[in-house]
Amino acid sequence: MTGAAALPRRNGELAFDAPWEGRVFGMAIGVVETLGLPWSAFQTHLIAAIADDPDRPYYESWLAALEALVADQGIASTHE
Amino acid sequence: MSDAHHHPTEPSPVERRVQALEELLVEKGMVTPDFIDVVVETMSNDFGPMNGAKVVARAWVDPHYKARLLADGTPAIAELGFGGPEGDHIVVVENTPDVHNVVVCTLCSCYPWPVLGLPPNWYKSPPYRARMVREPRALLAEMGCPVPDAVEIRVWDSSAEIRYLVLPERPAGTDGASEDELAALVTRDAMIGVARP
Repeated sequence: MTGAAALPRRNGELAFDAPWEGRVFGMAIGVVETLGLPWSAFQTHLIAAIADDPDRPYYESWLAALEALVADQGIASTHE
Repeated sequence: MSDAHHHPTEPSPVERRVQALEELLVEKGMVTPDFIDVVVETMSNDFGPMNGAKVVARAWVDPHYKARLLADGTPAIAELGFGGPEGDHIVVVENTPDVHNVVVCTLCSCYPWPVLGLPPNWYKSPPYRARMVREPRALLAEMGCPVPDAVEIRVWDSSAEIRYLVLPERPAGTDGASEDELAALVTRDAMIGVARP
């Protein structure tokens, strides 16, 4: 099926539904890179966060996963 | 503290958590705001299905490229200048008259960012993730992609390492088309496997 709506996007189509989604996405990439971790280190937390609350909005699970990774790595306590 | 009056600019609880986390991570030297900006911009502008469409179009016109692409996706995709995060292990699976391929990540949302950008919301939804492995033919039909019973459906569940890209069949009647014209026929949904061009 063709149609303009289905064409590959160029610049302009939003990658994120809200700015905070982009921020938390970028933070995860950055933390993994800075710590020299494989992506699977974050992904494991993401899988767990999704399983923990399957109906939670996706990027809220992403946020929960990043918070868990950060705590795991001893970067900060959750009550700091 | 409850607040019955919601100001348009007042951050939501989630936004406040994200802001707090960013401040913390910046303070600890884990990330810079500029880095985050670059990532967002890359995902918004540089990564997207227009990249995958070029890969598909090249494979349609060049049988040697297609052979390299099917043998080892990542370096062949790199030949066209595409690559990066979530693109280290891309496997390209070819649709034929007898086989229809479709991709899912049952556990989260694994997706070949360099050639497709970020996944659509439906790809990340619990129903898609669960049903595509359980009842692919029915789900594909519901999504507007009926696959005849005689055609085998192969469902690829992205593992921790591998990211899949579907190489759709070249549409009939496109013999004289240029690569650019062919790329314009290739949709994101066709490269996931939930549509046929």
